[in-house]
Amino acid sequence: MTGRAFIPRNWRGFIFPVAAILVIEVAMRTIGVESQSLARPSEILRAAIGALADGSMLTATFQTLVSAFGGLIIGGGIGLVLGILMAMFPPLYWIAEVPFETLRPIPSIALLPLVLLIFGLGFAMEITLVAKTALWPVFFLTLTSVRGVKRRLIEFSSLIRMGLLERMAKIILPAALPGIFLGFRIAMGAALIVAVTVEIAANPLGLGYAMMLAQERLQPALMFAYLFWIGIVGWIFNALTVLLQKRCFAPRQSGRAAT
Amino acid sequence: MHAPLENAYINLRGINVVLGGKPVLENVELQVRRGEFLCVIGPSGCGKTTLLRLAAGLVNPTAGKVSFAGDELSGPRRDIAVVFQDYGDALLPWRTAYGNVSIVLETLGVARAERPDRIHQVLARVGLAKHADKYPQQLSGGMQQRLQIARCLAQGPRVWLMDEPFGALDAITRQALQDEILQIMSDGSTVLFVTHDLEEAIYLGDRVVAMGVNPGHIARTLDVPLPRPRDRQATFEHPEFLRLRRTLLDFIKEAEA
Repeated sequence: MTGRAFIPRNWRGFIFPVAAILVIEVAMRTIGVESQSLARPSEILRAAIGALADGSMLTATFQTLVSAFGGLIIGGGIGLVLGILMAMFPPLYWIAEVPFETLRPIPSIALLPLVLLIFGLGFAMEITLVAKTALWPVFFLTLTSVRGVKRRLIEFSSLIRMGLLERMAKIILPAALPGIFLGFRIAMGAALIVAVTVEIAANPLGLGYAMMLAQERLQPALMFAYLFWIGIVGWIFNALTVLLQKRCFAPRQSGRAAT
Repeated sequence: MHAPLENAYINLRGINVVLGGKPVLENVELQVRRGEFLCVIGPSGCGKTTLLRLAAGLVNPTAGKVSFAGDELSGPRRDIAVVFQDYGDALLPWRTAYGNVSIVLETLGVARAERPDRIHQVLARVGLAKHADKYPQQLSGGMQQRLQIARCLAQGPRVWLMDEPFGALDAITRQALQDEILQIMSDGSTVLFVTHDLEEAIYLGDRVVAMGVNPGHIARTLDVPLPRPRDRQATFEHPEFLRLRRTLLDFIKEAEA
């Protein structure tokens, strides 16, 4: 695998999408579509450039990212700490298992009325819902990764009489890191989804709200511009994490045995 | 059976071990003298690994006492090093060969400035001087096991406990490592070496303890009066070597009958 596996291997991957866009553009011009729900690709591009130029799209992006990453850091942080504690002290997990398994299946968005009551509209309630979503993948992957640290490594650390904190920092966390990182990757994808969903459903902030506003104002081109922009933002962040993962874990994963 | 030794360094007295309701070791008396290379052989399931883990302080006996240099052993000690068979699981995959040795010195509290010299020194002793920057997965099996030995060297142990250390290696690598271990241990280290290869046991050991199964117990103890330093060719053709091998083979046949 190359370091840029998330980019199509060669330019041929772009033939179909570009051709499709051109065909749609030409077709819509020849048929002469006048619609309140559709827009020509050229109009979408113009709307996107306009929204980028006047800063509204960047402001909305910033707001969504603040919520998504705020929630990711808070929820992921809680999940990380709980996962480590419960993996190290199994009785804690016995106590928490039933309430955890009861809370987990509740969709974050179903908590919207509750957090609205508590926080009202704004960043706090959106971050809370994102955090609730981000907590689980990080928690479960941390729990299983810490539990799955090879017994030999733990024995090695006790043979040289390593203290608990040093064992944590030098053995358990590094050994569990690939799994924990995967948890954060999954959580990040979910964080963006929940942030945009909350914005579409209720919160007057960010990309989701901007898209809803464009729809309500009968600006389909702008609405589509936001839709594609959300896709691009998601893609960028996924690409960045893949890159980061390769950077951090490449030497130990790709190592081939010398003969 | 030998009478308890006066100068026992590692002393296992009246040992019974029950793990998960199953008796694993029964009535085990084992004394390792200071500076002795003691090999333990036996079929799988005879509790030889448990015996080694007792001496490491990783397992507590259900009954009986384990002591080291006169003191009761209550847990692992830094002057007792353990070499595991499964080097792949025992090494830290996220650290280079250098880092795998370094972690021991870090934990021992060796000053940062002193570490590089000592690390390069132990890596050189096991022939890994040129591989300090490689990760374990980039090393062959034999080199990974050498790295584990280097890590134990960094610990500066008085006792080595080795659990079938060469069991997973090919024959040629195994022979090379046997000779290297003889070389490294010739400084008077005390070694408890578990293996299921009886020729290996005779070639390396000063004494060979043979264990039996159901439950694990010590069946025989043989002295190995072969001269040191040992040359592979000469030792394997030595009449005493052949006699000991015959005795142990007969014992194994008897035990299986």
